Amino acid sequence: MRSERAPGSAFDVELVRADFPILQQRVHGKPLVYLDNAATSQKPWDVIEAIVRYYEGTNSNVHRGVHYLSERATEEYEGARRKVQEFLNAESASEIIFVRGTTEGINLVAQTYGRTNVKAGDEVLITEMEHHSNIVPWQMLCNERGAKLRVAPVNDDGELLLDQFGEMIGPKTKLAAVTHVSNALGSINPLKKMVEIAHSHGVPVLVDGAQAVPHMKVDVRDLDCDFYTFSGHKVFGPTGIGALYGKMALLEAMPPYQAGGDMIASVAFEKTTYNKPPYRFEAGTPDIAGVIGLGAALDYVTDIGLENISAYEDEVLAYGTKALTSIPGVRLIGTAKEKAGVLSFTIENIHPHDIGTILDQEGIAIRTGHHCAQPVMQRFGIPATARASLALYNTKEEIDALARAVEKTKEIFS
Amino acid sequence: MSDLRDLYQDVILEHSKAPRNFRALPAADHKAEGYNPLCGDQFTVYLTLDGDTITDISFQGSGCAISKSSASMMTQALKGKTLAEAQEIFERFHNVVTGHGGPADEAELGKLAVFSGVSEFPVRVKCATLAWHTLQAALEGKQEAISTE
Repeated sequence: MRSERAPGSAFDVELVRADFPILQQRVHGKPLVYLDNAATSQKPWDVIEAIVRYYEGTNSNVHRGVHYLSERATEEYEGARRKVQEFLNAESASEIIFVRGTTEGINLVAQTYGRTNVKAGDEVLITEMEHHSNIVPWQMLCNERGAKLRVAPVNDDGELLLDQFGEMIGPKTKLAAVTHVSNALGSINPLKKMVEIAHSHGVPVLVDGAQAVPHMKVDVRDLDCDFYTFSGHKVFGPTGIGALYGKMALLEAMPPYQAGGDMIASVAFEKTTYNKPPYRFEAGTPDIAGVIGLGAALDYVTDIGLENISAYEDEVLAYGTKALTSIPGVRLIGTAKEKAGVLSFTIENIHPHDIGTILDQEGIAIRTGHHCAQPVMQRFGIPATARASLALYNTKEEIDALARAVEKTKEIFS
Repeated sequence: MSDLRDLYQDVILEHSKAPRNFRALPAADHKAEGYNPLCGDQFTVYLTLDGDTITDISFQGSGCAISKSSASMMTQALKGKTLAEAQEIFERFHNVVTGHGGPADEAELGKLAVFSGVSEFPVRVKCATLAWHTLQAALEGKQEAISTE
């Protein structure tokens, strides 16, 4: 069902759109304009078919059976792990742990690395632009341990203040947990510099990559970050599956996350020996179909080329920025020089919720609200924003439709 | 488009721009804060009672056009009413915005019937009823206070 494209051919958005069946529909009588990709992305045929193929012909439990189907399922499951390894350019596939998503990846590190290393009086450093999922796990850990959560501020454009970030790292800092790309603002953090600064104090860095992987090439060895986690569903894969990368030396020193089958080497009632990473952190039967679907999604974007995707999206983002900011009364929230995928905005005297309803009637799907980043909203003194977020299948024509609908919203409220 | 005009009727837009009774009541003997975590809407509803009668009612806060105008028109509709009458009006209002109301409900609601368009937008029902639920919380707060005394 997938469109044929010659290897190395130029990025063609119409071919890409043909790969996503959901995009062909109409909503309220208008062509669907899906601009809620930061919440979740749509799925190409490759992913849908990989999941169907697995259940039709391969379904079996992994790592257990001696029989044919179990061997094939295990092969595909471990094959997907190698795909994630290559996707992130990790050194070894054993450094890739399958989790339910970014949220679980962060919680896993908080519960294992965090509980082992963060003691009373210690500090964990985050930034002001984090999603709730990269705030609350650290807050809980710090409360439990009597440690302190510190927050590096951003400027009025939504850019991290790198000097202040550096000044907040000291001998008490046990971990820095930072986002790669802000879900509410679109700001891209200068990760490489942040990791360098943290490492110069001997502090490891966890990166929330949920909003980065659909838009840009990520190389964990080049970044030199210690943990990197992302969700499959934001990069055109299924919901309920994601991955956590961790440097092997750190993973080997971490206790298990959950207890059960697969995470053990041997069990006796007197003593259980834990399995080695990644299996130590994957108790129970995993989401095998989800993992295989995630592998297919990574193949899909790798095949198109993340460099091509970045270049194309930057063009659409610049076009959208211009289109929205040229409408009187529209204020863009998040004007960092380095941005990816997000157009967060407000319209003077119109609540974002009302914008969302009117856009929906035009077939345009956006997110309205605080985007699970209430501290960001407080920083900019607003209760909520309307957020249009891009993926590789969005077009300039869709941005035009968005701009027209914003004008119409203003008319209704005039 | 007709659905949108049903939702955003002129009366609703007018109240959202210039809400009535939009002030704190320092002498209020009941108040409660209502919050919709999904969209960040936040209102405080104040009221004073004389026996069973609402002698004054006001609100403050921020929210979308639907929640703000609903709060504004609620304060107008309930001032001077008894608690039993207020409860009855809320029930009719709830029926109408959820699409379960009959013609009698709309007729009885008077001006508040302009919110009938909300029933075509199920996700907005919470906006339309936020101030009303907050009012109930304010009244229940009093009952609790009574029971502890």
